[in-house]
Amino acid sequence: MEFKFTDEQIMIRDTAEAFVSEVSTSAAVRSAMLEPAGYDKDLWRKISADMFWQALPIPEVLGGLGLGYVELAATLEQTGRFLLCSPLMATAAFAVPAIRLAASEEQQALYLERILEGQVATLAHAGIQTHGSQINVQANITDQGVCLNGISRHVLNGQSADFFIVAAEETFASGEQGISLWFVDRDTQGLTIKSLPTMDQTRRLAELQCDNLVLSPEQRVGAVAQCQAQLLNSILDLAAIAVSAEQVGGAQQSLDISVAYIKERVQFGRTIASYQAIKHKCADMMLKAESARSGLYYAACIADEFLAGACDAETLAEAASISKAYSSEAFFFNAGCGIQLHGGVGITSEYDIQLYFKRAKALESFLGNASEHRERLAKQLLDSEVSL
Amino acid sequence: MKLRFSASDEAFRVEVANWLRDNLCGQFESIRFRGGPGDEHSFVEERKAWERKLGDAAWTCIGWPRDWGGRAASIEQQVVFNEEYARAGGPGRIGHIGETLMGPTLIAYGSEAQKAKYLPSIRSGDAIWCQGYSEPSAGSDLANVKTKAVFDEQAQVWQITGQKVWTSLAHESQYCFVVARTDPQAKGHKGLGFFMLDMHQPGVTIRPIEQLTGTSEFNEVFFDSAVCSVEDIVGKPGEGWQVAMALLGFERGVSTLGQQMLFQNEFNDIVHLAKSNGADRDPMLRQRIAEAHIGLRIMRYNTLRVLSGSDEGELQAEGMIYKLYWSSWHRNLGKLAMDVMGSDSEILDAEPYELNRLQSMFLFTRADTIYGGTNQIQRNLIAERALGMPREPRGNN
Repeated sequence: MEFKFTDEQIMIRDTAEAFVSEVSTSAAVRSAMLEPAGYDKDLWRKISADMFWQALPIPEVLGGLGLGYVELAATLEQTGRFLLCSPLMATAAFAVPAIRLAASEEQQALYLERILEGQVATLAHAGIQTHGSQINVQANITDQGVCLNGISRHVLNGQSADFFIVAAEETFASGEQGISLWFVDRDTQGLTIKSLPTMDQTRRLAELQCDNLVLSPEQRVGAVAQCQAQLLNSILDLAAIAVSAEQVGGAQQSLDISVAYIKERVQFGRTIASYQAIKHKCADMMLKAESARSGLYYAACIADEFLAGACDAETLAEAASISKAYSSEAFFFNAGCGIQLHGGVGITSEYDIQLYFKRAKALESFLGNASEHRERLAKQLLDSEVSL
Repeated sequence: MKLRFSASDEAFRVEVANWLRDNLCGQFESIRFRGGPGDEHSFVEERKAWERKLGDAAWTCIGWPRDWGGRAASIEQQVVFNEEYARAGGPGRIGHIGETLMGPTLIAYGSEAQKAKYLPSIRSGDAIWCQGYSEPSAGSDLANVKTKAVFDEQAQVWQITGQKVWTSLAHESQYCFVVARTDPQAKGHKGLGFFMLDMHQPGVTIRPIEQLTGTSEFNEVFFDSAVCSVEDIVGKPGEGWQVAMALLGFERGVSTLGQQMLFQNEFNDIVHLAKSNGADRDPMLRQRIAEAHIGLRIMRYNTLRVLSGSDEGELQAEGMIYKLYWSSWHRNLGKLAMDVMGSDSEILDAEPYELNRLQSMFLFTRADTIYGGTNQIQRNLIAERALGMPREPRGNN
C-alpha cells in the first residue's frame, strides 16, 4: 500500500500544472470560449502534438505512452483547475477507453492511430446507465447494411469531433438487449451536428441527428454482433472518473482563488479573512476538496485495476459512483461558497469564480448527478443479496 | 500509487484473523463488539482479562520496538491488525491509552528508568492508564491549566492539587498522566510539567459523570496534594506542554483505520436493519444510506493518503481535516440509524434506561464533534494553519 503519487506521477502532474497555468489564463479561457469549436485549435495542436496527453492511456505497442488512469487523472485535475478549453477529456477519457474496451484489434490500431495524430473523438452517449430509454438512436440492421436513425444529445465536443462512437439500440431489441456501438465519421451522409448553446461556455455540447445514416458492418465497434450494454456501462464509469478529476481541480481552484481574494479584501479595518465565519466556510471547502481528491485517486487506481483485468465491472461501478457523487457536490459547494466569499464581485462576469460556478453545475449533471450515483450505490448495497 | 497491501501484509492479515477467530470466543464471546466509544464502562473485568490474553500472545503494542516487547510492526501491518481486530468484533481496548499514547511518548521522551518502570506493564496488558489533560476551565483552551504541581523540598516529591475532567476509565486505571503548572507565575503553555501519577493513593478522588446515555464513561478526578515522585516527571519542569503535544501527535495514526472498521460494523447493522424493516424502499433513506457509504469509503482513502505521507513533504492538509471529517460523518450516521429504525427508535430495550447499540451510538455521537477539539476549533486550525488565514485574537487572561 502506497497511496501517493510516484516520482514519475508527480512529474506528470507538475508538468501539466506548469503548462496549463501558462496557456489557460483567464484571458485565454475567455477568448477560447468564443471560438466556434469552443477552444483554441492551435493550442489543441500543441497539446496533442507536443504534450501528447491524449496518448497517456494508449498502450505503448499501439504508439501511446502506456500510462494509466492515475496519470490521466493527475493531468485532468490540472486542466479542470485552470478551466482549460480543449477536447482532451472527450478524446482521451471518453473515446480512448471505449476503443480499448470494445473495439477489435484492427479497429484499435486504426482509430487510436487517428487519435495519436491529433484527431478529436468523442462518445455520443451521456447517460448514467444504458437504459434503453436513454438511447434515442436506433440501429436497423438488415442484409443490406446498417442504418442509424435518431438523436443523441449532450455530446461533448461534438462540434469539432473528427469521429464519434455512437451508442444505438438495435430495432426490435428491448431493454439492454441489442445495445451496440458504432464508429461514425463526421462527414458521413445523414449526420447533422447541431451546436447546443450551453450555460457553461467553456465546455461545448452538441446534438447529433442521424437520418438514414448508412454504415458498413465493419463500423460496428468490436466487429462482431453482441450486446455491449455492460461494456458501455464500464466505458461511462471510466468517463465519469475523468469528469471527477476535472471536478477535483475545479473544487481546489474555487477555494484557492477565494482565499486569495478574502486575504486582500478589507472591511471594518481588517481583511475579511480574519472573520471566523469566513474562516469556517473555507475550512469546510478544504475538507470537500481534499476528500474529493482522495475519492478520485481511489477511483483512478480501481480504473487501472479494471483495465488490467484485476477487478470486475461492479467494483469499477462502485468506485466511479463514489467519486462522481462526492466530487460533483464538492465542486458545486466550493464554487457556490466561492461566489459568496467574493461578495458583490462574485456575480460579475469580470471575476473568474462565476466561470467555475457554471463549470461545477455543468459537470455535476453530466454522466449522472450525485443523486443518481447514490441511487446506483443504494442498489448495490440494498437490493442485492451479495453485500459489498 | 498503489491501493493494495502487499502479499506479506495480506499473509499477516490472515494470521491476525485466524488468531482472533481461535481466541475471541468462549469466555470472551460476550465482549465481542463491546466496550467501544460510548460503551467503555461495559465489561471492564472481562476486557482486562482479554487485554492480558492479547499481551500473552504479543498482540499488544505491536508497533513498539522489539527492545520493549513489541513486534516493530510496519505502518501497514498495524493498519491491517487494527482492521482485522475491529472486523472480528474485538472489544474496545481497555489498555489503549497506555499502548497508543503513554508508551510511545515514553519511548520518545522518557528516561531509561522510566521506560523500564512503566513499559513492561503496558505491554503485558496489566496496567491501565488514563489521561489528565482537560479541566473545567481548560477545554478547547487546553493550555489554561489550573492544576498545580508544588515541589516539596523536604520530602523531595511533587504534590499535585487541582481538578481534571472527562477522564475515561479513571476508576479502572492504575496510572494517570497529568499536565500541571509547575510555575505559578507562568500562563498558557509555559511553566507546565508532565507527570505520571499513581491513582491508588489518598490524594485522588474520582466522581463519575452521568452522560445523556444514562451511563458513565467519563469522570471528574480531584487531586488533593496527590504525590508524584521526582522520577515520574517526563521532561523537565516547564517542558510539559511540549511533551503533552507530542503525546497528542501519537493519537492520530494507525488506529484510525480500526476506528473506521467499527464504523463499518455500525453501518452494516443499519443496512441490515433497513433491509429487514422496509426502510430500504424509502427513496430518501436510500440516498442517505448511500451517502454514508460514500463518506466512509472516502474516509478510508483520506487516511491512506495521510499514512502514505504527503507527496513532497508539504503540509499534510489531508491530515488536518480528519477529526472534522469523521466526527461529522459519525454524527450523521447516528441520526441515520434512528431514522432507519423509524418510530421504533424511541423504544428502549428495557427499563430503566437500556439503550440498544444504535440508540446509544446516536446519543454518544453528539460528543464526537466536541471532544478532542470541537468542530469549531478544528475549522479554526484548518483555516489558520492550512490556508494561512489570520489567527483568532486571544483575550488578556
